[in-house]
Amino acid sequence: MHVQASEFTRVSTEPGAGRFPAAPEIEGRYHREHRGTVGEVRLDLPRMRCTGVDVHYGDKHALRDVSLDIGMNEVLAMIGPSGCGKSTFLRCLNRMNDTVAGCRVSGEILLDGKDIMAPDVDVVPLRARVGMVFQKPNPFPKSIFENVAFGPRIHGLARSHAELEEIVVSSLKKANLWDEVKDRLAHPGTGLSGGQQQRLCIARAIAIQPEVILMDEPCSALDPISTAKIEQLIDELRRNYSICIVTHSMQQAARVSQRTAYFHLGDLIEVGETDQIFVKPRHQLTEDYITGRFG
Amino acid sequence: MSDASETARTSYARVEAGMKRRRAAERRFRFLGKCAVGLGLAFLAILFVSIVGNGYSAFWQTRITLDVTIDEATIDPAGAREPQVLRTADYGALIKQSLRDMFPEVSGRRNRFALYGLVSNGAGFDLRDKVLADPALIGRTISLTVAADDDVDMLMKGHIDRRAPESDRRIKDNQLAWIERLETDGRIGSAFNVDFFANGDSRDPELAGIRGALMGSIYTLLVTLGLSFPLAVSAAVYLEEFAPKNRWTDLIEVNINNLAAVPSIVFGLLGLAVFINFFTLPRSAPIVGGLVLTLMTLPTIIIASRAALKSVPPSIREGALGIGASPMQAVMYHVLPLALPGMLTGTIIGMAQALGETAPLLMIGMVAFIADVPGGVFDPATALPVQVYLWADSPERAFVEKTSAAIMVLLLFLATMNALAVLLRRRFERRW
Amino acid sequence: MTQTPLLVVLLLTLSSLAYHFGRKRAFAVSGGRVRSLHSLPAYYGLYVALWAVIPALLVLGLWLGFEDGVITRLVVASMPPEFAGLEPSRLNLVLNDIRNLVVGNIVSSAPDATIIAAADRYRELRGISTIALFAATLGLATVSGWVAYGRIRPEHRSRNAVERIVMGLLIACSTIAILTTVGIVLSVLFESIRFFQAVPVTEFLFGLDWSPQIAIRADQAGSSGAFGAVPLFAGTMLITLIAMSVAVPIGLMSAIYLAEYASARVRAIAKPLLEVLAGIPTVVYGFFAALTVAPFIRNSGGMLGLDIASESALAAGLVMGVMIIPFVSSLSDDVINAVPQSLRDGAYGMGATPSETIRRVIIPAALPGIVGAVLLAVSRAIGETMIVVMAAGLAAKLTANPFEAVTTVTVQIVTLLVGDQEFDSPKTLAAFALGLLLFFVTLALNVLALYIVRKYREQYE
Repeated sequence: MHVQASEFTRVSTEPGAGRFPAAPEIEGRYHREHRGTVGEVRLDLPRMRCTGVDVHYGDKHALRDVSLDIGMNEVLAMIGPSGCGKSTFLRCLNRMNDTVAGCRVSGEILLDGKDIMAPDVDVVPLRARVGMVFQKPNPFPKSIFENVAFGPRIHGLARSHAELEEIVVSSLKKANLWDEVKDRLAHPGTGLSGGQQQRLCIARAIAIQPEVILMDEPCSALDPISTAKIEQLIDELRRNYSICIVTHSMQQAARVSQRTAYFHLGDLIEVGETDQIFVKPRHQLTEDYITGRFG
Repeated sequence: MSDASETARTSYARVEAGMKRRRAAERRFRFLGKCAVGLGLAFLAILFVSIVGNGYSAFWQTRITLDVTIDEATIDPAGAREPQVLRTADYGALIKQSLRDMFPEVSGRRNRFALYGLVSNGAGFDLRDKVLADPALIGRTISLTVAADDDVDMLMKGHIDRRAPESDRRIKDNQLAWIERLETDGRIGSAFNVDFFANGDSRDPELAGIRGALMGSIYTLLVTLGLSFPLAVSAAVYLEEFAPKNRWTDLIEVNINNLAAVPSIVFGLLGLAVFINFFTLPRSAPIVGGLVLTLMTLPTIIIASRAALKSVPPSIREGALGIGASPMQAVMYHVLPLALPGMLTGTIIGMAQALGETAPLLMIGMVAFIADVPGGVFDPATALPVQVYLWADSPERAFVEKTSAAIMVLLLFLATMNALAVLLRRRFERRW
Repeated sequence: MTQTPLLVVLLLTLSSLAYHFGRKRAFAVSGGRVRSLHSLPAYYGLYVALWAVIPALLVLGLWLGFEDGVITRLVVASMPPEFAGLEPSRLNLVLNDIRNLVVGNIVSSAPDATIIAAADRYRELRGISTIALFAATLGLATVSGWVAYGRIRPEHRSRNAVERIVMGLLIACSTIAILTTVGIVLSVLFESIRFFQAVPVTEFLFGLDWSPQIAIRADQAGSSGAFGAVPLFAGTMLITLIAMSVAVPIGLMSAIYLAEYASARVRAIAKPLLEVLAGIPTVVYGFFAALTVAPFIRNSGGMLGLDIASESALAAGLVMGVMIIPFVSSLSDDVINAVPQSLRDGAYGMGATPSETIRRVIIPAALPGIVGAVLLAVSRAIGETMIVVMAAGLAAKLTANPFEAVTTVTVQIVTLLVGDQEFDSPKTLAAFALGLLLFFVTLALNVLALYIVRKYREQYE
């Protein structure tokens, strides 16, 4: 376990070192060579299948050799300390990293059996199938109606205005927002509360009928009540969509997800059923993180 | 569940169906963007090509070599070599005589007049300077190279078509024949145009130079720099470091922002009404030009200086205050030196703006025809851009090339100043 | 006036002496224990030096400001009574003659004895004034410096005093912006009021005929129709409109392209090159318009069978548009970059193409800022002078045809004020009325634009 055991012993001979572990110990203990992911990486019938995904930001190797399946109609939570690569991985799934200058992604990511990393794949229809909700609610400076109608409009999903209205209404209903906004669809989306804005963003994402919804810490900017509403919504949406959610809150992962993946400094350490991960982690790092030894 | 995947499939089919149209729209939009950038750059290129194409030839001057006999009887009949006599003598007559000697067949007043017109009116002055420098030349025959008249210059530079009908040409057939003879004799040539940099303005294009305008611009800019830099830095220091946030300072801020956008000609009106009519400062003087341009560039420099002060992190101030410096000492000894490069950059950019400014100078009379090179800030003067305006208004063809050349000099100065600003920024730029 | 630099040098020498003595005295009163002083010794020196020089410089400034007026009045008082009774404009001519005589310039007519005597008197008074000025300022500097010197004690708070003085100077400098605005308003306002006494405001603002050259004789001033500025407004609008229809699409699209599409390398080259357009003096554009663009438009119009004036509004407007491109593009670039990345992410995350993101999200979000930028550009186009002076016409014509020659407000200001002028004729005063109008229109546009832009910025902060 202790790769730099000699240093550890040297440090521990100093008085007081036991209570306050010094830097070499932390480095030795938590920054170690990765030896493959522990747990059930593969599923029988995956919606998405990632194999050997690597991400570089300039010189920085942000994500190392990640392989992971995302199942149908499941919520997969990704947890880990800051900078562990969980958001980076999420953004690979609909190629949002393309917009980041200096970012290189390699490896294979299949969506329903087709490689989305192939150079001839157009990101536009891909993103129509893999929607995304961001950390900070980002409604467009338009009316509530127009916010939800944005996707159907640009993708030409509605053949008529009636159809468009139908999509907007059903999306708002699915996002549990309809009752709160049905009287003010023409009001600006930016005028809603933070939690409502985030649900508007979810409604906006599901209006284009994606197969997968990616959520990047969707509740980190929200109060507990709004968070609870969104978590309930995620659970309902699971019936129709595959959902990947990045969260910094282990409790949230435990509440909403069926499976959990634990990332650490660019490595995928462990994947498994959420119950199993939180009750009986198989990897020492996972256990240390979950029990709050660091993070 | 199957229902959901069904709708997903139909919606995905619709997305795919629209892709061709959307990719085309994307390409069109991108193309429009490229066109806009391309057009902007094309305008820039056309502008430079047009100016340089018209102006580069002004740096050469057609010159004619004459054999001049410096006849003592004409210029110094008394033979006393008194400077006063030598200075006021009629050297033009000697030049004319040498032309007559070269073309003895020319007769008649009109033809002779046309012959004299081949060389510049300034030729006599060149001869005078030579004789004054060395009176021993009197009585000898010397070979003198003088500037050709501007029409001859234009002909030699190809701006006048020799094959055009005579009535369409400013050079007549008989003059053309003389010029061709000068050419075969090897007496007509071209040399670097020293006059253009050494002379003041003149009605004769071949004698007109930018020295006067250049000096006028330099004096004006010196006044502007001397006033605007200390004023702007002080104002910026007060507003950024000490000013309380209240209505009065808000008013000052709004004022500065607005002044930066007031049309320059309005500053000219201010200068005319206040400095010339109220304070009775001399018209056409660089001092007034400098004052007006100071008021005009102040907002620019203040805004740049405030940005420079703002970029100094508060930790520097806190550090100084923490060891017991007064707020004034913290600013003067610690913040100001760090902000100075940024302030200088802003000042140079403001000066470049002032150098190119024309309209307010027209208002305060720096647009008069002034042949002398100014010797100080109270002398009547003009400025480089105003000289461009004056020459652009002149009808002679030769002034087109002079104007373009003056513009090239002006742009050279502006480019140098901006390069200096960029250099300064690169050299001292700090990221905190 | 010619002695002023010498006087300033003397005063500065005096103040550096004062600094030296002040510092020495500080050492002296501390009895060798510098720590017993309240401030560093240099501050005592500065205190004395500032006290020595500032009151004297103030007096110098005031003196120079009023010297000429006072001397002139004294000279006029000393002249025979018939001169004092002259009307102001005639008296001014006489005074000009006197001043010219003093300086040694050529005088308009052979000077008579009274004028020569007055000139002598003028010269004599100037001499007295110069001596008095030297005596007053140097004396004042010595006295005030001495008083400050006398105040030096160990417990004297010199640093605080010096800092108060410096702060006062800083505040004075920062009020120059206000003084400038006040100066502009007052100078154009006073002359405009005089103009409106001769020509009714309504006629100026709504009259359809502009031909100021008729009104040469005083009794003709404001004769009907000569000062109707509507054709000037129309001409200004026409040229501004042409300029905007060049500058806004090109400027906006190039800002969008450079901000959202171009690679870092293209941006690093194209952006500074475009900004070069903004650094070129307007007189160069004017020359370019008159020499290259106007003949080109005229010739290509001729080929199409159009009759285009050689000073067409089109040529001036086109070149002005080119000048304004970088202005629009750099302001738009700022507002586009102020649109938060999260909105772009939101649109891209839903599968919008870059152009859809720009047109449906970024531009609507940046619209207030862009409107502000365009307003600033309009204000700049209205106030632009040299291009129109060199490339647009002089004759006021009420037309919307871009192929005809029109004139603008700024062109008229220049034509009315450049060259020989009598300061009191309605012709010259009209220029100030136009200047007043120009100032307030551009001011209103700027205030509005800055307000919109600021509101827009706050929205995303």
